[in-house]
Amino acid sequence: MVHIATGRSTQSTTGTHATRILGIVTLVGVAWLILFGLFLSPADKNQGESVRILYLHAPSAWLAYLAFVVTAAASALYLFRKTHSLAWDRLAGASAEIGVLFMGVTLVVGMLWGRLTWGVFWRWDARLTTTAFLFVTYVGYLAVRRLGGTPEQRARRSGVLALLAVLEIPLVHFSVKLWRGLHQDASVLRPDGEVKLDGLMLFTLFSGIITFTLMYAWLVIHRTRTLTAEDMLDDVGLELALAERRRESIPRTNEENGALLS
Amino acid sequence: MSERSPRDIMSAWWHTTRLIAKRDLLVEWRSRIALNQVFPFAGIVMVMFGFAIDDTRLMERIAPGLIMLATMFSLLILVQRSFAVESEDGALDALRTAGVSSSALFWGKSIAMAAQLAALEALLIVLAILLYGSTIRPSGVVLLIATWLAASWGLATVGTLYGGLAAGARGRETLLPLLLLPVVAPVLIGATRAVEAALGARGSVADGWPWMGLVAVFAAVFCAGGTLAFGPLIDE
Amino acid sequence: MGTDAGPAEDRPSSPVVALDDAVAVLGRFPALAGVTLRVDRGDIVWLRGPNGAGKTTLLRLCAGLVPLTRGSGIVLGCDLRTERDQLRPLVGVLGHANGLYLDLTVAENVGFWGATVGASSDEIASVLDRLGLSLRLASLPVRRLSAGQQRRTAIACLIARRAALWLLDEPHSGLDAAGRDDIDAILRQAAASGATVMVASHEFDRAAPLATKTFDVIGGVIQAAGTRS
Repeated sequence: MVHIATGRSTQSTTGTHATRILGIVTLVGVAWLILFGLFLSPADKNQGESVRILYLHAPSAWLAYLAFVVTAAASALYLFRKTHSLAWDRLAGASAEIGVLFMGVTLVVGMLWGRLTWGVFWRWDARLTTTAFLFVTYVGYLAVRRLGGTPEQRARRSGVLALLAVLEIPLVHFSVKLWRGLHQDASVLRPDGEVKLDGLMLFTLFSGIITFTLMYAWLVIHRTRTLTAEDMLDDVGLELALAERRRESIPRTNEENGALLS
Repeated sequence: MSERSPRDIMSAWWHTTRLIAKRDLLVEWRSRIALNQVFPFAGIVMVMFGFAIDDTRLMERIAPGLIMLATMFSLLILVQRSFAVESEDGALDALRTAGVSSSALFWGKSIAMAAQLAALEALLIVLAILLYGSTIRPSGVVLLIATWLAASWGLATVGTLYGGLAAGARGRETLLPLLLLPVVAPVLIGATRAVEAALGARGSVADGWPWMGLVAVFAAVFCAGGTLAFGPLIDE
Repeated sequence: MGTDAGPAEDRPSSPVVALDDAVAVLGRFPALAGVTLRVDRGDIVWLRGPNGAGKTTLLRLCAGLVPLTRGSGIVLGCDLRTERDQLRPLVGVLGHANGLYLDLTVAENVGFWGATVGASSDEIASVLDRLGLSLRLASLPVRRLSAGQQRRTAIACLIARRAALWLLDEPHSGLDAAGRDDIDAILRQAAASGATVMVASHEFDRAAPLATKTFDVIGGVIQAAGTRS
């Protein structure tokens, strides 16, 4: 059994020494975040304890946008470099999957926070609406990745789509912002806008972002390796299929003769 | 093909584009599928809105939004039709084989689609006047026409682009709504506000122009993006 | 009518089609499992083999419609890995379907394809004439024609496009004896004027006398080749 990342013979896992260290550091970061977020940082003057959701909501949103940027960059690197290395495509796909997951988390947590503080699940504000659009766009992207065909076809199709999304998302964001600008009641219904972050709270938020970035790195590395394994499996599958296919062309008369003689 | 001046190449490109646009419109004229099926569909949708909303004053206020929604749904069908024509008799393969540059193909199909969309939207505006009691402000006519043109072109380019991606293989057509509708959101937002201003449903005419600008920017961005991206997307 | 076969075709010795161990995959299925093939200019090539052997995919590969997964291939001087775009305008494909616009007339269909290469209306008229498609038939929508007439229209489109390589999949199917004779004559004439023709066909009686080279395609590979001078 060949290890994906190192090429050495080992058992079937996508972990390496480096990712184990990364994983441990991330876990420490998560523990740190829980400690500071839930216990050590102060409650907000206006929102009370419910401000603590911010330490989950904001880093999730950050991670989701980071993932989106990485997908776009990796797609560009796949398409525009002469080598057209599929590794970039796999990175794009892995990052998109993680991005979709955390966009979902951002939306759900955001809705819970809104419900908790202001009694409404959804506010038609620019940021949340754009996040929802980003979410749907990337669900579409993942669907296109599953359309089938060779890895190169998948890579090109989804690569172009990712770059189109780079065009589209700012347009959507700008449209929604202009749109919500019409409605001045936004200031009352913006929990994150109302919170003044000082000292310890800012520090906690910052650690949250660092921790989530580490988590993203760990997830993306493992997922990319899994996708590499899937592509390798495909290749093996192709080899088997080719062998099977070539067997069709062996003249039957030889086999028939053999059967008759035996 | 040796030394050709940029002017020659440009005129050959335009020639091909016009050829494709004419052909698409000719096919539509002969088969009359958009006319006989899609336009009535849009009309029914407008009537259905009436059943669902059932409040005349409200409907007059939101008429522009309903017009744009009906347009979006019809867009999905028009796009699928545009590419079904290609694969009906294996023509998509033939088209890929021909000496047709993908950008000329994109522009030709977009122009034909924009013409059909423009006719559709005009119909919907008339229906809104008849069914919802909308009225056109004289001062808003220019805004209305500008929005009408920009929205038709923007939706046509985006539709052709994503339609190309969704065409060809079975199981891809169902992707079209999922891919296309989020993308056209800026047009929905912008065109609705602009038409609201033009029809006097909300805001003054001056308020409407920035929204029309948004739609125009969208159209320009996807026109350029589509010209580049169409070739790679329809290729196998 | 003379055809310009493309950039690297000055020397008659370079083959029109040169495939080396070409593998082409449709979805997950390796339709072509390592094809090695040489075709020269002016050849009429007959591809024969059972259904599912990969003949159609081989034709589409030579048209630049299907990407090359492994191996190498050069068709009309274009590398199949990188230059499929440049290859496509030089090639004409006639598949199981005809590639026609059913609601347009014969004249409009042929005119459209001719216009993509800048053919004059005289050229188009003469093409229609040669294939017996003028007068009454030319102004009928393709939808109203018989299978044989549609097939002839499709071939007229191929001629109008001045393709240097003709790739035909079962061109004789659905035609009566006279129609088949017509096709044979047209293919011979195309080859004589410098085009190269590749035909996939089950019709032994038709294809054998026509072909200058024969290839057996079985299981996605070329089994045997025969040449007739």
